[in-house]
Amino acid sequence: MPDVELHLSVVNTLLERHKGTPGALLPILHDIQERIGYIPDAAVPEIAHALNQSQAEVRGVISFYHDFRTAPPARHILRLCRAESCKSRGAEQLAAQLRERLQLDDHGSSADGSISLRPVYCLGACACSPALELDGRVHARLSAERLDALLDACREDA
Amino acid sequence: MMPTLYLPTDSLARAVGADEVSTALITQARERNLPLELQRTSSRGLYWLEPLLEVDSPQGRIGFGPLTAADVPSVLEALSSSTEHPLSLGLVEELPYLKTQQRLLFARAGITRPLSLDDYRAHGGFEGLARAVAIGGEQTATAVFDSGLRGRGGAAFPAGIKWRTVRGTQAAQKYIVCNADEGDSGTFADRMLMEGDPFLLIEGMAIAGLCTGATYGYIYVRSEYPDAVATLRNALEIARSNGYLGANVGGSGQAFDMEVRVGAGAYICGEETALLDSLEGKRGVVRAKPPIPALQGLFGQPTLVHNVLTLASAPLILAKGAQFYRDYGMGRSLGTMPFQLAGNVRHGGLVERAFGLTLRELVEGYGGGTASGRPLKAAQVGGPLGAWVPPAQFDTPLDYEAFAAMGAMLGHGGVVVADDTLDMAHMARFAMEFCAEESCGKCTPCRIGSTRGVEVIDRLLAAPDQAGRDQQVIILKDLCDTMQYGSLCALGGMVSFPVASALKYFPADFGLQPSEAEQ
Ligand SMILES: Cc1cc2nc3c(=O)[nH]c(=O)nc-3n(C[C@H](O)[C@H](O)[C@H](O)COP(=O)(O)O)c2cc1C
Ligand code: SF4
Ligand code: FES
Repeated sequence: MPDVELHLSVVNTLLERHKGTPGALLPILHDIQERIGYIPDAAVPEIAHALNQSQAEVRGVISFYHDFRTAPPARHILRLCRAESCKSRGAEQLAAQLRERLQLDDHGSSADGSISLRPVYCLGACACSPALELDGRVHARLSAERLDALLDACREDA
Repeated sequence: MMPTLYLPTDSLARAVGADEVSTALITQARERNLPLELQRTSSRGLYWLEPLLEVDSPQGRIGFGPLTAADVPSVLEALSSSTEHPLSLGLVEELPYLKTQQRLLFARAGITRPLSLDDYRAHGGFEGLARAVAIGGEQTATAVFDSGLRGRGGAAFPAGIKWRTVRGTQAAQKYIVCNADEGDSGTFADRMLMEGDPFLLIEGMAIAGLCTGATYGYIYVRSEYPDAVATLRNALEIARSNGYLGANVGGSGQAFDMEVRVGAGAYICGEETALLDSLEGKRGVVRAKPPIPALQGLFGQPTLVHNVLTLASAPLILAKGAQFYRDYGMGRSLGTMPFQLAGNVRHGGLVERAFGLTLRELVEGYGGGTASGRPLKAAQVGGPLGAWVPPAQFDTPLDYEAFAAMGAMLGHGGVVVADDTLDMAHMARFAMEFCAEESCGKCTPCRIGSTRGVEVIDRLLAAPDQAGRDQQVIILKDLCDTMQYGSLCALGGMVSFPVASALKYFPADFGLQPSEAEQ
């Protein structure tokens, strides 16, 4: 089955599951992203129809929230915390290290699709700043060496 | 016989290696044929000691930390031969950092297993709910009112007034909404509580439901806290199957149930009306008040919106009485506050104390000064919209009114410490940048002003001479005023706090003479 059809069947199952849920749009979007990895464009009319909203409204919500992606993610997603507590413990130097080593800007994705960088504003790890989240796992008390080791590990299974 | 061992499951303990320590303990105990009983508990919040392993002893639990997997063989050796270990901390509850705290809300932190109902009940769990069922809604509301409890989410509005308002409003459906968006840098008390003591929040929300007549609740948790989401969802199942949620809550004959909803990475959804819009499936845009949520909140129905810590205080107030609670604190700031020490601080962690200790006692006493060992420069209190407080003002008591009087705020109790290397001009610029990034877009001063703010700070820093700098300072101050008075909510309205305080106390970082910043 081509992607679109596969996606639509996933989307419709999820829409069915949330039929009676009040204010269902965010749970639906989270579920779709968890299953498919992003919110495919083809899902939008389906969601709009199921929730009796306009496509513009649905797109408005998707673009408002930083979490929702409309394209497939890289193999690894690295979110470095850039908020105050981590800044006070050298997050900016780590950001520079990332830019330098990966040759990417703060929001960039590597051309080979292996890693995406995203800023995040606080992971609740501030008592052990600086911190980052790599593929859903938080690492705190970072140092330049630990950051390098994490990147090495990403590269190895690339 | 090996004593019982305890190691936190807390996400931050895991982020610094608790799982690796756990794995090492299990495999090496097996290799040595040691029978191992290892319980995964909540964290004490003494994060600089994490991963912190605790071991039962006749005198109490002995701590070892901070551990790495490499320390495990020697720790096991010390335990089985009853010898000293260099990382032994002695009795954990005798550590001054913990011993001098007044842990009411975090009484179980580090002691119980988050999802063990037996542990929870053995440590006072559900006593508040039983009391609430026994005395009824009217007296429950009175207890909350009399306790002096104020909202812990930031605005510090008296909780009892909201409870009475929602209770007194007639409607077919009312809601309890727990604000667990905890977006402020430097804060993690909500996370700790949800991951470590989820039944406490559930109990608090059930009490609120019974009191106000709300039959359904939502916990809106930020997506950056997946462990809290998973723990809460499991806890809800357990609570439901034990009669603490459902058609007959705690034998009251009243119904209350709830679910967890997950945010999607928008700081503004911590503002209560934006949060309600988000729960309704919309963009998180701030609503104009009135109507207040207590009268017209979620789906237009009366809604009690509170922070995690506010709701989690209810069981204690009910179980121990309003008077017990208000005996802690000072002035109109009553009870205890879980302060959170973060940033460049030697002993980062959670410090629950009655209001009224000074910022100096917190940062220098508990915190032990900067982690880098360099001179202390400032502390930002109350999140990204809080002021940078210079050490000269550290003798201010941690009290809502005292902080407001010096143009600062306590907010959610987070304290970010900075040493002399942190560039305050960069931090001021970041405050504006963050505001621009996270603005809901409803009002022009916030949406446009924050972007202008970044530009003005850039021009100020690039200005070649004093005349040029003076001009930009005037524009920046004017912009701060416009944003402060022309914004609907505190994002646009209070971003001037970190900016203006940085400028006032650290003019040199902006290339200014003290006199230039003062004018
Ligand atoms: C920009 C902004 C962000 C906020 N973020 C939070 C938050 O993350 N958590 C929270 O409990 N309250 C937050 N608040 C405060 C809420 O609007 C509201 O006052 C609070 O949820 C009420 O609960 P309380 O009475 O228990 O404090 C925020 C307010 C603003 C203006
Ligand atoms: S101040 Fe900013 S975030 Fe608040 S309502 Fe206005 S535009 Fe939205
Ligand atoms: S500021 Fe980085 S984890 Fe909180």
